[in-house]
Amino acid sequence: MAKRNPSYDFKWCPGCGDFGVKRAIEMALTARASEKQERIENSVIVAGIGCSGNLVHLQEGPQPFGIHGIHGRTLPIAYGTKSANPDLNVLVVSGDGDFLSIGGEHIAPQARRNLDITVVVMDNGIYGLTKGQASPTTDLDEVTPTTKYGKLDDRMNPLMVYLGGGARFVVSELSTRIRPLQQAIQDAMEYPGFSIVHVQSPCTTYNDTYAALKGDEENGIKPLAQPIPETHDASDYFQALALAAQPGIPVGVLYKADDTVPAHDRLTEAKQTAGIGNTDIEKLFDGMVI
Amino acid sequence: MSKNLVVRFAGEGGQGVVGGSELMASAAAESGYHVLTFATYPSQIKGGPAWGQARISSEPILTPGDSLDVLVCQNEYAYDANLPELSDQGIIVYNSQEFQIEHPRALALPTDDMAREAGNARAGTIVMIGAVAKAVGFSLEALETFITARWDRGRPGDAAIIEGNIKALHLGAAAADESGFEIAQVDPPVQESQSRERILIRGYEAACLGAMAAGLDVFIGYPISPATTMLTYMETNLNGDDKFVGQASSEIESIAALIGSGFAGKKTMTSTAGPGLSLMGEGLGLAWMSEIPLVVADVQRGGPATGLPTKTEQSDLIMAMNPGHGDMSLPVIAPGNVEEAFWATAKAVNWSERYQGPVILLTEMSVAERAQDIERPDTSLVSQESRIISDGSVENRRYEGDGVSPFPVPGGPGAYVANGSEHDEQGDTTHLADVHIQMTERRFAKLKTLNDGTYESENQSASIAIMPWGGSKGSGRGAWLELMEEGTDIGWYYTMYLNPLPEELLAELQTKEKVLVPELNYMGQFAGHLRQLGVAAETINQYTGLPWRISDLKEEIKGHLG
Repeated sequence: MAKRNPSYDFKWCPGCGDFGVKRAIEMALTARASEKQERIENSVIVAGIGCSGNLVHLQEGPQPFGIHGIHGRTLPIAYGTKSANPDLNVLVVSGDGDFLSIGGEHIAPQARRNLDITVVVMDNGIYGLTKGQASPTTDLDEVTPTTKYGKLDDRMNPLMVYLGGGARFVVSELSTRIRPLQQAIQDAMEYPGFSIVHVQSPCTTYNDTYAALKGDEENGIKPLAQPIPETHDASDYFQALALAAQPGIPVGVLYKADDTVPAHDRLTEAKQTAGIGNTDIEKLFDGMVI
Repeated sequence: MSKNLVVRFAGEGGQGVVGGSELMASAAAESGYHVLTFATYPSQIKGGPAWGQARISSEPILTPGDSLDVLVCQNEYAYDANLPELSDQGIIVYNSQEFQIEHPRALALPTDDMAREAGNARAGTIVMIGAVAKAVGFSLEALETFITARWDRGRPGDAAIIEGNIKALHLGAAAADESGFEIAQVDPPVQESQSRERILIRGYEAACLGAMAAGLDVFIGYPISPATTMLTYMETNLNGDDKFVGQASSEIESIAALIGSGFAGKKTMTSTAGPGLSLMGEGLGLAWMSEIPLVVADVQRGGPATGLPTKTEQSDLIMAMNPGHGDMSLPVIAPGNVEEAFWATAKAVNWSERYQGPVILLTEMSVAERAQDIERPDTSLVSQESRIISDGSVENRRYEGDGVSPFPVPGGPGAYVANGSEHDEQGDTTHLADVHIQMTERRFAKLKTLNDGTYESENQSASIAIMPWGGSKGSGRGAWLELMEEGTDIGWYYTMYLNPLPEELLAELQTKEKVLVPELNYMGQFAGHLRQLGVAAETINQYTGLPWRISDLKEEIKGHLG
């Protein structure tokens, strides 16, 4: 595969969490293609607008297909692509602004369809590309160019939104954990249903949360990110809800429903049950003959 | 004898006024007449003023009709509101258990009692149909046959309902017979030598079937008046292992999902009305920019915002051509009647594939909802164009060149990024001026492939011409024919290809002293567009939420001839 355009002029800032996510996605897509013996062109990355969405142009190595759309509409584009060809592996890449703010209305509809796609959300708690305005996951009281009194709206808990919307497989990860992130993305692509891998991907320019996520044990600062305890039963929806409701960032598999029939299987089954064959246009006209 | 009969059933929503007119039309069509229906109703399920009318003729029909021969009224409001449209010799049939009127040509029927007497309390409208049929000399046998077929649904109570309805029909007919009211009867249908059989079909059905004939794969839509009928028709009838029909959560989802499906290589379409098209603006820009084929059918209603959801207007033309921000000019095809709806939609699918971008099928409530008898379309004449698929030999250069280029399909070779940001030939984002210039010109150059639009032209030597568009074709044609008969020298031009206009047509229009454009909007949208193209166009407009009457339009045209 030819190298991408060398004059391509988009760059992430040094230290951006999205680099780790990009690497994990590259490895997950390549590993999947090799394990499943399928062309990488069978994968499609649907990208949103923001720093995160540019990931689709920055993929190195073997190239999947990509579609870099408009702000907030990754999920409905993915709905169309996956419904048109269920054999494709569809991966959405989005950010907290693109996915949870302008695109928030699309989460529950696709989750309820159980559209068999994987979403990777890069959450930096800020609008990076437009220079640091508050996003749904910006903390309460934080001062930004659009919150001069400090943020007055509560911080959104995205994991609760996903679980409430009906997502079947929800993982919470960190951009620094590239190997586990790769595994989570691969598992999510393998899972037959609507999966979200929500990644804390800090913005070194406008909202650097590396230290807070990691903590500083010596100085008595507890890490914001905490591994999900081994005792957690990820197949239990109510345990997942309880864990998601706690303060802090859980790391690991939050929820993985055992029962999952993806959208296209539901449709195939319904078509078979109804026993309706192919459209016969002439027959439709026959019914209108005077 | 006369050539025409216009029957209007007026009352409240839910009283069967639309169903009554359709039953008359269907039975007349079965008897060999030409028919055309039109209805107007409020945006609610029950109640509110509503009417449906059927025009029945021994000749092909252009419009729903200017005046009423028979007015069937379910209540006093319906009588008061519709009486002004009754012709001099027209008669009234009304439910005398609802209200009383003084009118020399009114037949009072206690329809509730008569329906009960017939054994079906819901057959009030049928009683009235029986009375109308008798008064206009219509065959009761044809109606009986139709009623039997209509209510024979394989359910236990069918026989009793059919019997009750037929009895109701005869009770109504007997009452009309006693009253002695009569109206000029319609000429018997002309036995035309038809090479193909005739069908009774609605505009939206014709549009859906045209898309299917062109090979449509995917239809995704969101309910909105008056375009929902296309969504439900597709849900029922677009079937097959590789076909997909879905209900989205909004028009924003519909358009984005179409882009996703078109990107995946499918022929895709949605239906919507003005408010939905507004929401699709940004998505249509993405389809134009990333070069994804798709079709949006806009069934126009009235007004901005919620406006008049169940009325007709032609006020979305400017938006159809340019529904979003930035430089773009979307192809627009606007069918003028039910028959054209079939061919226009097939062409819209083919155009979208050919130039690899979005196409707007611009229709309107009065065309989409209308039932009309037409010659059965010969589907073997529908071409099925498909985009050129990339074989991977131009790997990574999806947007190469200054015209249409091969389309890589996910799963196959030629991986690229379909990009809504300005991009280079590989689909990578760029802000370089020379690339933006080249890509902008490339996107507009692709429109030149859409050069097979046809048009009608008659009496071309006249210096003044009339050129209606869309659903105003019928009334425009009717007015033009009458004016020509009266000796007025006026040219006739018409096309459903509004953008891009057929080049020869435009050249001809530019030579005219005056081109009169009848259209149903305040701004004179098409006339304004023609003026931009160097045509001396004058608008003749109406914005009542209803189609033109031929007589009104003719007077307006005369005023512009001076």
